[in-house]
Amino acid sequence: MRKFKDNLLRGLLWFSAFLTVAVLVTIVGYIFYKGYRLINFDFIFGDYSPAGDGGIWPMIVTTIYTIAISLLIATPIGILAAVYLQEYAKQGRLVKTIRFATESLTGIPSIIYGLFGAVFFVTTLKLGMSIIAASLTLTIIVLPVIIRTTEEALKTVPHSYREGSLALGTTKLQTLYKVILPSAMPGILSGIILSIGRIVGESAAIFLTAGTVAAMPESIFSSARTLTVHSYLVTQESGDIELAAAIGIVLIVIILVLNLSATFISKKLNKADY
Amino acid sequence: MGCMLMSTTVIERNNAEKGNFSQMKQHSGEAAKISVTDLNLFYGEKQALYNVSLGIQEKKVTALIGPSGCGKSTFLRTLNRMNDLIDGVKITGDIVVDSENIYQSNDVIKLRTKVGMVFQKPNLFPMSIYDNVAYGPRMQGIKNKKELNKIVEESLRGAAIWDEVKDRLKTSALGLSGGQQQRVCIARAIAMKPEIILMDEPTSALDPISTLKVEELITHMKKDYTIVIVTHNMQQAARVSDKTAFFLNGEIIEYDETDHIFSMPQDQRTKDYVTGRFG
Ligand SMILES: Nc1ncnc2c1ncn2[C@@H]1O[C@H](COP(=O)(O)OP(=O)(O)OP(=O)(O)O)[C@@H](O)[C@H]1O
Ligand SMILES: [Mg+2]
Repeated sequence: MRKFKDNLLRGLLWFSAFLTVAVLVTIVGYIFYKGYRLINFDFIFGDYSPAGDGGIWPMIVTTIYTIAISLLIATPIGILAAVYLQEYAKQGRLVKTIRFATESLTGIPSIIYGLFGAVFFVTTLKLGMSIIAASLTLTIIVLPVIIRTTEEALKTVPHSYREGSLALGTTKLQTLYKVILPSAMPGILSGIILSIGRIVGESAAIFLTAGTVAAMPESIFSSARTLTVHSYLVTQESGDIELAAAIGIVLIVIILVLNLSATFISKKLNKADY
Repeated sequence: MGCMLMSTTVIERNNAEKGNFSQMKQHSGEAAKISVTDLNLFYGEKQALYNVSLGIQEKKVTALIGPSGCGKSTFLRTLNRMNDLIDGVKITGDIVVDSENIYQSNDVIKLRTKVGMVFQKPNLFPMSIYDNVAYGPRMQGIKNKKELNKIVEESLRGAAIWDEVKDRLKTSALGLSGGQQQRVCIARAIAMKPEIILMDEPTSALDPISTLKVEELITHMKKDYTIVIVTHNMQQAARVSDKTAFFLNGEIIEYDETDHIFSMPQDQRTKDYVTGRFG
């Protein structure tokens, strides 16, 4: 009987794992199958033309800009905030409130952030519909994600590491920098990777803050169109599933490359000093 | 009624203790490396140490024994101010190390450089063996490769682990056995060139053979260092220490030469404890 239960559980676990992988493979496979014929050099690096035979280079550039700018702002602020909350702040009511607030913020639908961005960054700060307005909005969207994951990562660093380091006559800052942050790095990294996913996947908030101009942005103050917004619009306007799938392939590749390089960089960082 | 009784015993014992203490000083004629006077410690409202006074002598091994929860670790951690890390800890009384009152000076960094610590569970960092031992010196600003190599080798030799790890210095320290890790922890402490080393049950997580190695090491180390060790193991206290302090409920009941504590304890409670009749 026990053995039967054991086997049943094992089967269930195996089945769940199989199902997850199968769904993933099916989706990715379908997108590749639908879109691969459109992928060529001109499609990726060519300029956009409204006629429909142009490339998507402007959207790729816009996407990369928004990822870069949002992460550049959100990562340092998020990590510093998490370090403060977890390592320095007195764990009282205020910190609990802040923590509750960040947790709630991760659950708010992005359209709300988009509306806020449209009012605050676009109009009040007079940034106009632009890459920068969208990036700032995205920063606010991913900031709670980075804070939460970094805090969780810091929590998993054993207290004995801190004690061991401090007992050797090091300062709190040295301990943080040399022992705690490196140990928390994998967790922090997964927060950044999650954020990349969140940024790339975002359409509504970007739509409202960066607009839909399908041209190479002149600067970060130009209105522009990201890949996701583009793929949404082509499906919406012309029902061109093949084109949307091709854009999907490019998105998947971009995410893959970014995640791999994030992992690689953190490994390098981890080794650099030791 | 019970309360009254208790307070009389306390007074009596305090007197006896003071007698012992001054006697000890006269006998040895040397000043203590660490001298603790009327130390009280509170975790918030809860008092964990009561009027602890004792002198710890240079280049001797002092053992702290007593039942679980009696305040041995708490006391040990006051000596390098590790209790500062805990919120709400309040301390009164004096601890003087080499004529410097450590709770009046604010240089905790300097204190912890001088007073090293080895913990109950080996707590090496997730880095290579080399980097673990070089960690402290590097944080003090030593960058010279040759100098670091020398410190690492000397420290590992000092902790009797050099031969076992010399061919794998660049591999992760977490791949070593628990006993080896604990000796690397000792090497890591030695690398700071401390004068005093505090050890909190350093062998309680180790097998008997590793325990023996660490005990041997402690016996060797007292040539160069003043060692204070907390242990639950009576044989260990008897084997490695010169002096033993018996703690009970946050107070020192008896403090004397280890031989005396084990062969002719003055206090009935010490006697009960060392003969294994309670605790
Ligand atoms: N961080 C803390 N906060 C509150 N109380 C504490 C804390 N650490 C220890 N105590 C209390 O102080 C008393 C002494 O604890 P301590 O750890 O010093 O005992 P110990 O003699 O080392 O015991 P053991 O032999 O089990 O290690 C205990 O009653 C314990 O519950
Ligand atoms: Mg203890």
